[in-house]
Amino acid sequence: MQYINTWSENNKVGAYYTKKRKKKLSTILYEQKYLLVMSIPFVIWLIIFKYIPLWGWTMAFQNFQLQKSFFEQEWVGFEHFVTFLKDPDFYRIMRNTLGMSLLDLIVGFPIPIIFALLLNEIKNGYFKRTVQTVSYLPHFVSWVVIASIISKILSPQGGAVNELLIALGIIKRPIQFLAIPQLFWWIVTFASIWKEMGWNSIIYLAAIGGIDPQLYESAEIDGAGRIRKMWHVTLPGIRATIVILLILRVGHLINIGFERQMLLGNNLVKDYADVLDLYVLEYGIKMARFSYGTAVGIFKSVVSIILLFIANSFSKKLGESGVF
Amino acid sequence: MNKVKLGNAVGESFLYIIMIFTAIITLYPFLNITAISFNDYLDTVKGGVTIWPRVPTLRNYEHVLKNELLVVGLRNSILRTVIGTILSLGSTTMLAYVISRKDFILRRVISLAFVITMYVSGGMIPEYLLMLKLKLANTFYVYLIPGLIGAWNLFVIRSYIDGLPESLQESAKIDGANDIIIFAKIIVPLCVPVLATIGLFYAVGQWNSWFDTYIYCGSNDQLTTLQYELMKILSATNVEAMSASLDVEAMKRQAVKISPESIRMAITVVVTTPILLVYPFIQKYFVKGITIGAIKG
Repeated sequence: MQYINTWSENNKVGAYYTKKRKKKLSTILYEQKYLLVMSIPFVIWLIIFKYIPLWGWTMAFQNFQLQKSFFEQEWVGFEHFVTFLKDPDFYRIMRNTLGMSLLDLIVGFPIPIIFALLLNEIKNGYFKRTVQTVSYLPHFVSWVVIASIISKILSPQGGAVNELLIALGIIKRPIQFLAIPQLFWWIVTFASIWKEMGWNSIIYLAAIGGIDPQLYESAEIDGAGRIRKMWHVTLPGIRATIVILLILRVGHLINIGFERQMLLGNNLVKDYADVLDLYVLEYGIKMARFSYGTAVGIFKSVVSIILLFIANSFSKKLGESGVF
Repeated sequence: MNKVKLGNAVGESFLYIIMIFTAIITLYPFLNITAISFNDYLDTVKGGVTIWPRVPTLRNYEHVLKNELLVVGLRNSILRTVIGTILSLGSTTMLAYVISRKDFILRRVISLAFVITMYVSGGMIPEYLLMLKLKLANTFYVYLIPGLIGAWNLFVIRSYIDGLPESLQESAKIDGANDIIIFAKIIVPLCVPVLATIGLFYAVGQWNSWFDTYIYCGSNDQLTTLQYELMKILSATNVEAMSASLDVEAMKRQAVKISPESIRMAITVVVTTPILLVYPFIQKYFVKGITIGAIKG
């Protein structure tokens, strides 16, 4: 989104440049010496910390060894990629990565929208602000803390969920939720919803705030009730926002991260908790197979770009504007 | 007519019930762990502690303060949050001002170079090797330098500066002020709302991060952070709890032996409290902050 912004403003700069070009480059550099002093250190920082790691992608095509220089490395082509695709764990890891991502998308994506729509219906400003403030709170707490809280809430030794279920007579003995592999995906998904629902609704609330109030008035004159206004005015009003965020989410399907799986997972649920980024961490860094790990990382980036393009062209076919 | 009114009232109450329910679900876990952290740990194992400690005690917190690693962790967490936020915020604001200047010769190049980093990154391993090569691993600098400027934050601040009236800068220039003075004396004071927001984001990021400690400084106790210590305790209890059977006697023995849950909860509370303390003061700014970036784009 920022991308568009940068370009549109550059048009104005272009006009400025043609006027200025008569000045010598050295004069401009001298006039802008303070601006240069204020920015050059950060350009160097950017090159070192963001662009040199990109060059590191070449490692994926080598048998990289730390002590050798770039020219002494042995080149192996796509060998590491093939090894990864043939790894017996490949299927399991992709299943877990995409499975959890899709749950995040299908269950986690609509909920902030619904929350924003409902919140928008509340007329009492004080109450609305209080609910909003409370709902943003978990966003600012780290996953370590959230995992710690969740393992307590789900604990069989006096955890709130077990106590509630026993009090309601649904179960007789406490359940060790975090030890049940089939439940792991759901726990991760609901943990994320709990953490990010309020925060993710901000952008929809802002979009709802931008809808022309006259649309509501004319809908009212036509006799539309609350639910019909929600359906025919509010939802179409934020459709563009929903589509853009949905495309970006699809592009990130494979970039699931590893924090939640690493912090909530344990050996008993490993079969359902291992995801791509954990695999990179395990093989690439702990076992020091740098080339192999980098290859898996590149695989992830490529799939992610392909998914982004598919989602984008799909939304354009449906008559929506895409991200690019 | 009456039917419609009744329907509205039902809908309205339903709406409020959902919202109150959401608020309770969000807050209850925090209150619950706070209560547990002030509750005697042998008593906690019996269950039934809700939002008020049953056998109040400060012992859990005493344990936390007696643990040397946790104290070192607390010190490092505070240091990296304070120093890291100041450095990041200063750098980001300065660069944002420079690339907001329409006459600046490198404006396009720098903006584009940062935009690209929002979409592609080298990934975990090249970054890891870079830290080894630069000898940043196992130093305090690894907490400050690699994450110095966030591209998204940079563009949010730039958007904000773009929205300020240009005449202020021009009149200062006529008065003979140079770019550094304009930045420090005119731009920074006008940017306070956006700086509060972005400063909060940087501070929360610093306070919450654990992975850099885990991957770069995991072996050095002097560089540990509070989040990392909590993470270690969490994974230790996960392993222990999973291997223990569900019978109650074993649980009690285990609760005495390994770091009891109440103590883990005390650490969790210590780690969470600073965020709860700053949050109410800054939250009025941040909604504006994040929507600037999104809507303008």
